[in-house]
Amino acid sequence: MKRRVVVTGIGAITPIGIGKENFFNALKTGECGIDTISRFDATDFNTQIAAEVKDFDPTDYIDKKEAKRMDRFTQFGVAASKLAIEDAALDLEKINKDRFGVVIGSGIGGLETLENEHKKLINKGPGRVSPFFIPMMIGNMAAGRISIAFGAKGPNTTVVTACASSTNAIGDAFKILQRGDADIMITGGTEASITPSAVAGFCSMKAMSTRNNDPKAASRPFDKDRDGFIMGEGSGMLILEELEHALARGAHIYAEMVGYGMSADAYHITSPAPGGEGAAMSMKHAIKDANITPEDIDYINAHGTSTPLNDKFESMAIKSAFGEHAYKLSVSSTKSMTGHLLGAAGGIEAIVCTLALMEDYIPPTINYTTPDPECDLDYTPNKGSKKVVNYALSNSLGFGGHNASIILKKY
Amino acid sequence: MFEKIVEIVVDQLGLDNADHITPKTSLMKDLEADSLDAVEIIMALEDEFDIEIPDEEAEKFKNIGDITKYIKENK
Repeated sequence: MKRRVVVTGIGAITPIGIGKENFFNALKTGECGIDTISRFDATDFNTQIAAEVKDFDPTDYIDKKEAKRMDRFTQFGVAASKLAIEDAALDLEKINKDRFGVVIGSGIGGLETLENEHKKLINKGPGRVSPFFIPMMIGNMAAGRISIAFGAKGPNTTVVTACASSTNAIGDAFKILQRGDADIMITGGTEASITPSAVAGFCSMKAMSTRNNDPKAASRPFDKDRDGFIMGEGSGMLILEELEHALARGAHIYAEMVGYGMSADAYHITSPAPGGEGAAMSMKHAIKDANITPEDIDYINAHGTSTPLNDKFESMAIKSAFGEHAYKLSVSSTKSMTGHLLGAAGGIEAIVCTLALMEDYIPPTINYTTPDPECDLDYTPNKGSKKVVNYALSNSLGFGGHNASIILKKY
Repeated sequence: MFEKIVEIVVDQLGLDNADHITPKTSLMKDLEADSLDAVEIIMALEDEFDIEIPDEEAEKFKNIGDITKYIKENK
């Protein structure tokens, strides 16, 4: 029999709140974290808005010297992990560190560090490139730093599958626990790419909203007038734990993790496959892995990026995977509030699913005003709703054609 | 000169203050700098004082006093 895996800790550093309570409250009140970019002067950019994490002081979580040697994405990841460990009431002195692992997703890694050091290379020459450039920039360093910070000597990897990264990470951590290679895993994602080169690159792709004069209304998944995604930043981390281990130490259990599916479109570098067939297959795999039927799913936290193509094809994918039940289950995209955290999106959205299961509550898709005939599901428009949620599924779909889905169950 | 060097060291190593730092203080033995920290501190000093400190010279520094002496003599 497969070992059972439960969620025992939550750590959230998001554009709508730091810490579980603040994040949950903001989700319920439909708060939007999008505003004019403050991290650099975006005047010359087509998109001048983003969902930045506000009031984040890394030294609240990390020693000052160490924080200085970390890119912002690593700072977010270590901070969210610390919050998750505290939330799980994990006593690091008592656990077996050899069976304590880390799987983290990040789509981009330390881009701000790369930009800064590249400026030094061009302006001052190679002798001025910091010795910390590489160990700050490389995408695996969040996972490395988290293991160092908390002494986690078990399995440790990083997943890079663009916007699917952290859902893949959580799924991989789940499987590591299920097959018995560890007892506790810190898992989720982290991203901090609101930087000139990343914003410029996404602008050139015409992937982002240009609703600069109305930032709070810019991320409008499934709405007919959606015009692109809004970049967010932050980190969402879970403590996943083998059930018996969690029970033995009297841990609070938020939810059980029961399914993980993934697939590739094998179609195009950025455009979803026609009909969303890859995403549909990912959801079907997760349902099969959970050993349930499509009718068991009550809530889908959609990838729902607010780009014209994603939301249309993801709606088609849900209909393809769920048939008639697609019209009965609830869907929402919390990216309407948080923006799109790219490689960290699946981390905070897994946390949203635990909220839905714990409180029988579907958080809303805000900014939904004009129905799109191509998106005809129940997207929980504008106001959250009370509804019994026994199973919640979270989708993440990434450039390159990566699709990942996880299923959480009420415990 | 010494005070300015100490200021850079404190900043680079994220120390709370400059108490107990004297010319005899070693970056690695006393202030727990690792080899990467040391490289970065030398770079910051090169920038601040507009000099080049060759690696073979930097390797000879035993303490902040040695660094101060080298910069004074070569600036």
